[in-house]
Amino acid sequence: MTGNVLLSLIVWTPLVGALLVLLVPRDQPDGARRAAFAFSSLTFVLSLALWAGFRADTADFQWIEQGAWVPSFGIQYILGVDGVSLFLVLLTTFLTPLVILFSFGDITTRVKEYFFFLLMLETGMLGAFLALDLFLFYVFWELMLIPMYFIIGVWGGARRIYASLKFLIYTLAASLLMLVAILYLVSVHAHGAAVTFDVRELYGTVLSPTEQLWLFTAFALAFAVKVPMFPLHTWLPDAHVEAPTGGSVILAGVLLKMGTYGFLRFAMPLFPDATRAATPLILALAVVGILYGAAVAMVQPDLKKLVAYSSVSHLGFVMLGLFAVNTIGVEGAIYQMLNHGLSTGALFLLVGVIYGRRHTRAIADFGGLWKPLPRYAAVFLVVMLSSIGLPGLNGFIGEFLILLGSFAANRAATVFASGGLVLGAVYMLWMFQRVIFGPLRHEENAHLQDLTGREIAVLAPVVAMIVVMGVYPRPFLRAMEPSVKALVARIEAHDGPATRIAARVNGQR
Amino acid sequence: MTFPAIDWIAVLPLLLVACLGVVCLGVGLFVDDDEVLGWGALVGLGVTFITTAVLIGQHGSAFNGTLVLDGYALFFDLLILAVGCVVVLMSMSYVEETGIGAGEYYALLLFALSGMIVMASATDLILIFLGLEVMSISVYILAGAWRTQMRSNEAAMKYFLLGAFATGFLLYGIALIYGATGATRIDVIADKLGGVIDRHLLLAGVAMLLVAFGFKVAAVPFHMWTPDVYEGAPTSVTALMAVAVKSAGFAAFTRVFLRGFGGLHADWSMLLWVLAVATMTVGNVLALAQHNIKRMLAYSSIAHAGYILVALTAGGPTGGAAALFYLLAYAGMNLGAFGVVLALGRRGEPHEEIDDYAGLGFRSPLLGAAMAIFMLSLTGIPPLAGFAGKIYVFTAAVREGYYALAVIGVINSVISAGYYVRVLVVMFMTPGAVDVVRASRRPYLFTSIVFSAVVTVLIGVFPAPWLELARLSFLSQP
Repeated sequence: MTGNVLLSLIVWTPLVGALLVLLVPRDQPDGARRAAFAFSSLTFVLSLALWAGFRADTADFQWIEQGAWVPSFGIQYILGVDGVSLFLVLLTTFLTPLVILFSFGDITTRVKEYFFFLLMLETGMLGAFLALDLFLFYVFWELMLIPMYFIIGVWGGARRIYASLKFLIYTLAASLLMLVAILYLVSVHAHGAAVTFDVRELYGTVLSPTEQLWLFTAFALAFAVKVPMFPLHTWLPDAHVEAPTGGSVILAGVLLKMGTYGFLRFAMPLFPDATRAATPLILALAVVGILYGAAVAMVQPDLKKLVAYSSVSHLGFVMLGLFAVNTIGVEGAIYQMLNHGLSTGALFLLVGVIYGRRHTRAIADFGGLWKPLPRYAAVFLVVMLSSIGLPGLNGFIGEFLILLGSFAANRAATVFASGGLVLGAVYMLWMFQRVIFGPLRHEENAHLQDLTGREIAVLAPVVAMIVVMGVYPRPFLRAMEPSVKALVARIEAHDGPATRIAARVNGQR
Repeated sequence: MTFPAIDWIAVLPLLLVACLGVVCLGVGLFVDDDEVLGWGALVGLGVTFITTAVLIGQHGSAFNGTLVLDGYALFFDLLILAVGCVVVLMSMSYVEETGIGAGEYYALLLFALSGMIVMASATDLILIFLGLEVMSISVYILAGAWRTQMRSNEAAMKYFLLGAFATGFLLYGIALIYGATGATRIDVIADKLGGVIDRHLLLAGVAMLLVAFGFKVAAVPFHMWTPDVYEGAPTSVTALMAVAVKSAGFAAFTRVFLRGFGGLHADWSMLLWVLAVATMTVGNVLALAQHNIKRMLAYSSIAHAGYILVALTAGGPTGGAAALFYLLAYAGMNLGAFGVVLALGRRGEPHEEIDDYAGLGFRSPLLGAAMAIFMLSLTGIPPLAGFAGKIYVFTAAVREGYYALAVIGVINSVISAGYYVRVLVVMFMTPGAVDVVRASRRPYLFTSIVFSAVVTVLIGVFPAPWLELARLSFLSQP
């Protein structure tokens, strides 16, 4: 085990908190709440220390920790961070305490178990972002599954059992195939010599095109379900609608990024030839996802479902940026992952706020909320504008970079995808109009309570980040650039036409 | 005639357990206190376990080399003794509540264990047969130990009739192999495989053995007895059957096939491939349809035999080590699951329907958490023992080029999630009212459940030492 333990601290602090929360007596739910908030905040502070110590001038992994786990199988405990994972870690540690704070009022039954699962989930997510050993990654990847399953299944809505089971089976089925692919990849790489699951060494594995295609398919399936890509997205609306607000925020904010992150970290650089071969198909699916998600979101009568389908659309953009395979596109994709985490997370929180007051999520039950809920409406407005990509807010930067990168790689896909932007503005603005503007159609809404202090405390940091990332993206992009360039170079191992385009785009910048 | 020299070390574990059984039987006539007998068996097994553990690293052989003490035998001895201890712990309150005669119950349990130890240590087909019979006859009776229950009687009868059939296959197979090779010693058979004149005779013998072992480990299509017997037998005996009998069966199976018939791998691997696929698939699919938890666990144990068959199909040291490790992982999680089944029952009310588990998770958090660990581990979710076991099994398959087998294996894992997770759904997500006897009233049972849960987590999080143990044990065969 090498010198520093910061990453281990970040990964394991939530789990320690989870176990301690379980020890809190059942009749003191406030104790469990405070303990959970304290541990997740501590994790956030630790991750800030990580950012402070992060060196933006290198593509190498930093803060590496390495130790043996199962030596005879070449399985190691390797954690490391680079410009790609850094901000996803920060997003996770940033959102979790906010979700816990929000859940103070939202979750009133089986409180400590809820926070136990939430903190365990945080450990799983952070571990998956930081693991550099494929086996370790897989362990964390599956570790996320169980707490999320319980959060949806125990604290969810009326159809929670169906939704949670669907979520579990979809994800499990896809990821187990990836497991076989991992075992195969490792055995090919070893070729009789020492076995290793260290992804940094596996990057160089020589595979035949057929092998690459098979393995890429297995990896891509696992990640595509998580993203979720059309047509594997059907678990998402169910899971989102049934999950409690906190679960939805984490699911949309972080878990979906696990899929896109998996593509970028594992599927694409491990199998570059297959990536290039599959690009047209993936782009096509991404574009279909963008348009389909937007079109379905438009006709949703349920607020939460609308936000859920908007996720399908937004994640399509992320895939578009990733498979542009150039620095701008990939940077835009990562930026958009963070944006989506913030804005969609906030949208779910906002839906949760009025659901908590009115116990309905139907758009038709609202209207004219600006008057009784001015603060709520103001926050909603900013978040909504961020989601549709208004310049000056974070969404614009991500979408612009994605389209720029994607245009250099595939014009047709970019043109169609841009249509999704228009649709996105349509469904969001229309929804906002029906919920916030207009006359107060329902008497019950007249005396709703505006945002409480705690809710403002939850939403204010998110809104602040939305503005900061929209006005001043440079520190984020600068920190991720070397790692992104290195990854793109790895995927573009051979000098194909796409490389030249990418070089030209990079030259222009 | 001179009596062959006996290396006492080689038979020490066997001797201790068998004597303990005799003592138990005798004392049972005079002592009426079930708990005292239970403690006696437990302490005796504990002493045997420690004695056996001290023998690690020693080598010995007895009866003209037909019974050896090698790492392989020690591995299974320790596993079987540990399982025996846990089963005794589980039985303490159960025997008292069901009115099963404690003296003969513990005596038969110990005889069964001694038969298993013979199976693990034997390097001769005849001796394997002897061990298998000692074990099986004891377990036949144990299955019917709850004399006042029709189900128990039926289970014993069914198990006995079908078991006798399997014994026939085993003997016939041994005879054919003796005819082909002129030997019953496994190592001698292995040496003579190349020079066999009548290959058909040999292969027919191998196939017969496959049937017999397939019956003992409950592999499809020799599994028909399993659900009925597992459901009908007293639950503590079911736990013994699902874990210890299966382990002993695989101990002999693995030694005979990988060591003795290793040279014929090309001939039997295809057959075993089909058996493995059928066993996994049939076990998992039928488990989906069960409403009784014991039947569900019976089909689940069939499915898990299938995963171990995957390891045997892969063969070689990797496959052998994977099989041993899997049995270790399987023992903890499966014993624990049966422990929870026992914990839910009470005098006269077995509560064996899965619906009886409704709401258990939050009403009795300890049992709920333990059962969640066992179910998730059986599904193969990291970082629990079942996941580690599956990883090594599938790794062995991939390394030896059995890709399709590995893929079928993971698809089966997904199917299995369907019924394991359903238990979690019922326990944590549906309301229910079945009351559980307080933990303090059944301290032994709860100790065994907690122990199993700890082992399941421990093996999953730190698999390295256990895996190394399995590997070295497999390689230590003479």
